Amino acid sequence: MISERFEVPSRLKSTAIGLLLIGIIALIGGFIALKGGNEHEQARFWIVLLQNSVFFLFISAASIFIQAATSLAQASWIVAYRRVPESIGANVWVFGLIALVVLFCIVFGLGEHNPIYHWVHPHGDEILEGKSAFLNKGMFAGFSIVTVALWSFFGIKFRQMSIAQESAPKNSTKLHWKIVAMGGAFLFVYALSMMSTTPWYWIMSIDAHWYSTLFSWYVFASSFVSGMALILLFTVYLKNQNKLELVTKEHMHDLGKFMFAFSIFWTYLWFAQFMLIWYANMPEETTYFKIRMQGPYSFFFWANLILNFAIPILILMSRPSKRNYFTIVFMAMAIIFGHWLDFYLMTMPGPLQENWHLSWYELGIPCGFIGIMILVVTRTLSKANLIPQNHPYLKETLIHVS
Amino acid sequence: MAIKKFAVACYDDEAVLFPAVDKVRNSGYKLHDVYTPFPVHGLDVALGQKETDLHIAGFCFGITGTATALGFMSWIFTKDWPINYGGKPFFNLPSFIPITFELTVMFAAVGMVLTYCYLNQIMPGVKKHIFHPRQTDDLFVIAMEITEGTSEVELIDFMKSTGAIETNVQIAEEGWWYGRWDKEEAYQKQLA
Repeated sequence: MISERFEVPSRLKSTAIGLLLIGIIALIGGFIALKGGNEHEQARFWIVLLQNSVFFLFISAASIFIQAATSLAQASWIVAYRRVPESIGANVWVFGLIALVVLFCIVFGLGEHNPIYHWVHPHGDEILEGKSAFLNKGMFAGFSIVTVALWSFFGIKFRQMSIAQESAPKNSTKLHWKIVAMGGAFLFVYALSMMSTTPWYWIMSIDAHWYSTLFSWYVFASSFVSGMALILLFTVYLKNQNKLELVTKEHMHDLGKFMFAFSIFWTYLWFAQFMLIWYANMPEETTYFKIRMQGPYSFFFWANLILNFAIPILILMSRPSKRNYFTIVFMAMAIIFGHWLDFYLMTMPGPLQENWHLSWYELGIPCGFIGIMILVVTRTLSKANLIPQNHPYLKETLIHVS
Repeated sequence: MAIKKFAVACYDDEAVLFPAVDKVRNSGYKLHDVYTPFPVHGLDVALGQKETDLHIAGFCFGITGTATALGFMSWIFTKDWPINYGGKPFFNLPSFIPITFELTVMFAAVGMVLTYCYLNQIMPGVKKHIFHPRQTDDLFVIAMEITEGTSEVELIDFMKSTGAIETNVQIAEEGWWYGRWDKEEAYQKQLA
């Protein structure tokens, strides 16, 4: 029997609480300084909360997706550290709840002239009235609640079933097949939420006049690659604590491959969206890129491409760099930051136009979310055996060579 | 063309092959190669082969493709034959990207296939000695080189002790050659 428990080190806990405090102070400061201010300050207050709550919800939901996909594919490489995505996935409800509160405050609490979602009250705007069958408060609320509820349910369920497998009779595969079936069901849910409606409602509708059909795919690629980076960071942290000794470079190499491949996939979708708009040159579509590429955001626009495409493709291409703990941890951090910046670029220019900010409030709020992430995930990790010892693929994963 | 003398040992089980490979490597006899009907996991490690450099070749081919596509298109659309497409600039980078991507992939793929063929000495129309006809079917074959000063009888006995079900001595061309099989048959007759 291989058994391994993780206890949250007090240093990590105090760091996380410190980050959370920074976030809370930023939130209180924002509430005092921005909430009651003019339209721009109000928009700034809400858009930053929206960007971060949605970003952290999406990257934690990617963990449920990878569990579902690997269970369905009967993959053994992830089994050695399956507890990490499980623990992240089981806490999707925390971020889901935060995101729901923020979204509902924005949609229902901001009155006639909504600074974020202009579609809430079209005010005779023909384009927005034409979209009102899809873009209205009821549909938005319904889709958001269903999405968050289903993600949370599957995240918790996967974790529960995996832990139940521990006490199941030896060599019993009944639960394993149940997880496989649940994986199929989740992919269906995920395809209809993350890969279509959810990003349209939560992010794309900020620029309500503009639309792009593959936007959700692009957001999915962004969240998936940073979700893999998040799993990698937690796994390497556990290894640094002398846990998960059975996880080797071979397993980390696979996560590195995912980070590399999906960085390119993200670029592919980003470029597919960009090139069609650039080529067709239709004013209602180019406004989206006009402000980002040639306007006040052009620095972030190019930084986004360099961080999320040029650096990953150049650094992660070679095999030794994917097997080196320093480079993959560095790249994971760069990728998470890069895609956070990508979400910043998706959300900030819409409501704030040229009045962008990237200061105490914009950087303080994500600190709070990182704090929450560390606190809840490590708490869940410490509650169960770190190695799924009764998993049918345990032996296969231990001898895995990538 | 290097004609050499080989001792050939055949095994019918992977579980026997691996210990045999270990023994051969420890014995000091000169191992030529191991032939298996399917890719055997871990055999490259057991043989002590170093990591292939094929991917470096792939990178070089890919970069060549990128440079070719970008260079050629830039030259055509700015110098050789500039055409105004819908008011877009002549140096039209975003619209070059898909073709650049395709050429990168094509150069890398074709180049790597050819490099792979070269490294493994296989190519249409090119021949290489086959030590045992069943090496592509159900037998694992270890070919050992009989160098000067190696006792043929001792080597065969050694191979038998590692569990070989069939052993023999062959004189054959080591590398690949272009031509027909009867060229090899001619040697065999000449040497026999």
